[in-house]
Amino acid sequence: MTTALAVPGLAMASPVMVAAGCGGTGPELDALAPLAGLGAFVTRTVTLDARLGGPPPRLAESPSGFINAIGLQNPGIDQFLARELPWLAAHTVPAVVSVAGASIGEYAAITRRLAVAPGVAGVEVNVSVPDGVDLGLFDASEPFAAARAVSAVRRELPRGIPVLAKLAPEAGRVAEFARAVAEAGADAVVVGNAVPAVMPQGRPGGLSGPAIAPLALRCVAAVREAAAELPVIAAGGVQDTAGARAFLDLGAVAVQVGTALLHDPTVAARIAAELQGETR
Amino acid sequence: MSRANERLHVTGEVLSVRKVGAYRQLTLVAPGIPELSRPGNFVAVSVGQTQPRGHLARRSLWIHRVRHTGSHGATLEVIVEPVGAGSRWLAGLTQGAKVELTGPLGRPFAQPREPVGCLLVGEGYAAAPLFGLAERLRERGCVVSMLLGASDEPHLLAALEARRSARSVTVVTGDGSVGRRGVISDALPELLERLGVDVVYGAGSLATLHAVATAAEQHGAWSQVALELPQPCGTGLCQGCPAPVVGEDGVPRVVRACYEGPVIRGDRVRWDALVGGAP
Repeated sequence: MTTALAVPGLAMASPVMVAAGCGGTGPELDALAPLAGLGAFVTRTVTLDARLGGPPPRLAESPSGFINAIGLQNPGIDQFLARELPWLAAHTVPAVVSVAGASIGEYAAITRRLAVAPGVAGVEVNVSVPDGVDLGLFDASEPFAAARAVSAVRRELPRGIPVLAKLAPEAGRVAEFARAVAEAGADAVVVGNAVPAVMPQGRPGGLSGPAIAPLALRCVAAVREAAAELPVIAAGGVQDTAGARAFLDLGAVAVQVGTALLHDPTVAARIAAELQGETR
Repeated sequence: MSRANERLHVTGEVLSVRKVGAYRQLTLVAPGIPELSRPGNFVAVSVGQTQPRGHLARRSLWIHRVRHTGSHGATLEVIVEPVGAGSRWLAGLTQGAKVELTGPLGRPFAQPREPVGCLLVGEGYAAAPLFGLAERLRERGCVVSMLLGASDEPHLLAALEARRSARSVTVVTGDGSVGRRGVISDALPELLERLGVDVVYGAGSLATLHAVATAAEQHGAWSQVALELPQPCGTGLCQGCPAPVVGEDGVPRVVRACYEGPVIRGDRVRWDALVGGAP
């Protein structure tokens, strides 16, 4: 096994994190399985202004997966800081805030607010929203553009707070993206995100869940090979300890558990406990 | 809104499966969940017996009744209408089968402090949570009436039992096979007028719930409706069950049917957006 790196500045009690958009606002999940033993909780993606989200249906079952078109429903950065972050800050799990902007200026504006908010353990820049262009987000579909978003966040954030860049699991390009965002100041990369797909009604969406785990494995391997010094957090279809172990064995510093929580809200806590049991 | 209610994720066991008209009634041993349940709560159930599972969405089922048995302690009863892959799998379960379930979930029916006149309106299997509610309301000294509706007799839930829980029961079916021929929305105004109703509780299709909220408002009564929207996770995590509402402050919001609901005051629902599919 490759020696695990760490994410500088992010003290994680476990290599298991809750992935963006799959843990509610925190208390919903905590009521069923305590967040305290997990490495970090990544919030749903927050934008500058409130978004009501897309019309229903927003999720559709797909074999061993979900296609989602939530439309980034969130209360906007100010309401998030007032109503959601304080709960996370008062609990023992590090809170990583996922952000997306419609422009570079928005990335900077969001981050300026986060920079002075108590309880932000890290910022995850979501430059791989599968239906991002349809949602009016800044187009980060080229490495230089993703790097600009990351750079805008890095510039506004105190040095001690790590910046994570969440990349699409696109095997042919993910290493190129990883190098670009690392150069722009990302302390770690999250590989990957939901894969662009289509909802049964024809709207654009993203496919996630165990169905995409093999894609994510290939992408994590590609980034590890291309950038050995860059900490990689794996995301894609983890639903049990063996699945988490497969990513860690490739040298990922942590794994994010997302879609599996919708099916079993206790699964992240169980994987964290089982991994800890293995290392004892 | 009340939240952070105690909820559990357990492996339960099927104690019995009974055919009830077009539905199956499952009695489940689910350690800890029955004791915490209140009328209007639901459970989220996983579909499929083996891990890993191909179906990731959970199935939300109303808690029909909590029963205390001698040998298994408190048990849960849920009603399943076998119409899709998941519900057919659930309906086909046999005694001793294991199921993973989470509950009790959602915001239950609010119950009045004073003894008031209540009309409980239930459509099809969605009437399931109203029988436990009727008992609770009677314990509080409320005068309880029920209006039950369905397309036909096999889809009418527990009309006989309703006569034990309620002072008066009105039944309407689309084909007239039981009770009056007609639909709930047509029977509502006259009942509200005649019975002197202060609170209307509704459980059924969105169209019926909209009719309940509208009729209650016209009559000057409060309404509480149990929204039944597709709930991919049921636990408040995925934002897949958007319910358009108006807050106490008059501001339009989108809440989660499974978490801030499923029971919502009828006058707080933005029905045009809900039925029209806008967020």
